[in-house]
Amino acid sequence: MPRTVLILGLLLLPLILDMYWQRVLCTAGIYALLALAFDFLAAYVGLVCLGGALFIGAGGYISGLLNAYLGWPPLLCIPTATLAGAMISTFVLLPCLRLRGIYFAIVSFMFPLFAVYIIVALNVFGGTEGISALAILPNIWVEQYFILSMIVVSLFAIRRLVNEDIGLILRGIKDNDQAVRASGISITAYKTKAVFIAALIGCFGGAYLSHLYGWLGLSLFAMDFSILPIAACVMGGMGSLVGPVLGAFILTPMSEALRGFGQLRVVLYCLILIGFMVYKPEGLMNYIERKYHQFEHWEEV
Amino acid sequence: MEGQSVLQVRNISKAFGGVQAVVDVSFTLQKGEVFGVIGPNGSGKTTLVNLITGFVRPDSGEVLFKGKKITGIQPHKIANLGLTRTFQIMRPYHSLSAFKNLIVPLNSPRVRRSRGGKLGDRDGVAIDILEDIGFERDARVPYKIAGSLPLGYLKRLELGRCIALKPEVIICDEIFSGLSMSEITSIIPLLERLRMEGITMMMIEHRLRELFRLTDRVIVMNFGQKIAGGLPEEVMEKKEVRKAYLGRET
Repeated sequence: MPRTVLILGLLLLPLILDMYWQRVLCTAGIYALLALAFDFLAAYVGLVCLGGALFIGAGGYISGLLNAYLGWPPLLCIPTATLAGAMISTFVLLPCLRLRGIYFAIVSFMFPLFAVYIIVALNVFGGTEGISALAILPNIWVEQYFILSMIVVSLFAIRRLVNEDIGLILRGIKDNDQAVRASGISITAYKTKAVFIAALIGCFGGAYLSHLYGWLGLSLFAMDFSILPIAACVMGGMGSLVGPVLGAFILTPMSEALRGFGQLRVVLYCLILIGFMVYKPEGLMNYIERKYHQFEHWEEV
Repeated sequence: MEGQSVLQVRNISKAFGGVQAVVDVSFTLQKGEVFGVIGPNGSGKTTLVNLITGFVRPDSGEVLFKGKKITGIQPHKIANLGLTRTFQIMRPYHSLSAFKNLIVPLNSPRVRRSRGGKLGDRDGVAIDILEDIGFERDARVPYKIAGSLPLGYLKRLELGRCIALKPEVIICDEIFSGLSMSEITSIIPLLERLRMEGITMMMIEHRLRELFRLTDRVIVMNFGQKIAGGLPEEVMEKKEVRKAYLGRET
């Protein structure tokens, strides 16, 4: 039941929105993917990864460059960039996989900044200007349903994954990595797999983004992509997977709606977040789930 | 005892900063024996386990497992050779059920290899192990999350994780500590059974009376050094040992 509500809700959303909000929906979708990837790594592997911007940047740049330099169509660029971006992101994060908790977070946060400086210093890939006039997706409907279907697919894929054996091992690593090593399993190998999976999701978002706006530039490495997913997770409920997606779909439009307040926007945004952290630290989805189960229980009796 | 050595520790030393945790310790485990390591708190027993199982690298010395040098190899590779350990402070996957805790070691290359690359009926194997370690008495226990289980169950779950790997050697790091007498008496038959199956065991222990029911030989450690070794009764008669334990020689 809740599953159908979610899928139908997501799929029907584009039909009731006007042009402007449809664009917002697409952006929200990207954040939803990032939030999902963040939640997966944080709640099921124990890696707090602030590399959202790295994923978006890697995916976005690769896809955009393939399109600009080689003239590949978006439908070819996006899958290639998803795969290649995920491989590159995983590769650069590989040496830091030994780190845990906040240390991994800091290092993963650093890479996008790194990338920006490299691009500016070497003046490659369009330098500070970026490259514009990339091929864009055919129309707003394709754009929306492309990202929405990807969200649904990744969501259910990850949900499935965390209950498979590989998922159990990853959760084991989160609970107790030394015991996993004592069980004869290489934690580095499994962490690498997990980061690759998260990077796939994030890089798809990036590749999609560059063809959504037909533009690639340094703002693909913007900090928002690393930070906002955390906010979405806090709001939606860590570890619920659906929650962060929901959180992203609430926070992004909210951030848009608050535009009217000008500079006060960020303040209001923060206040709402703080409110959530203080009054509903478990997050929306975990709260709803608890209530739902209570309700179900009553019916049985 | 066939007199065939399974595990050889040769002149192993480790210092943490200025503290000599283990100094030049050597001993040999014979196949199928139960070997005890005793000593006061902080005498380097757990460090010794960490050194053998690869969790800590020795400063000098080496460890041979079935004649092959294993020092410097990563812990998961050592576990895959069949040299397993439990942890003194239990390390269950507390958000997973006891049953799922066992699925993790059942995914190790060692187990996969022994079942011809496939997982086969891993659920069945996990249930067998749970039964082995005495989880069958309450049908709900295996499906409760490990974090909510009492200490006795967790200790046995630690053993279960080792058993899942079909080990040749199990190193138990203070498996009796913190347990009630009745919990201990429920673990001892399990350990005896493992021994009957030909598994070599090394037991780090503080509970001497219970330990001596099981062990063939013991070594005594104090301040990182091996101060005595031999049959349990002999060892306890030695002056140095009494001094280390009681603070005086009488």
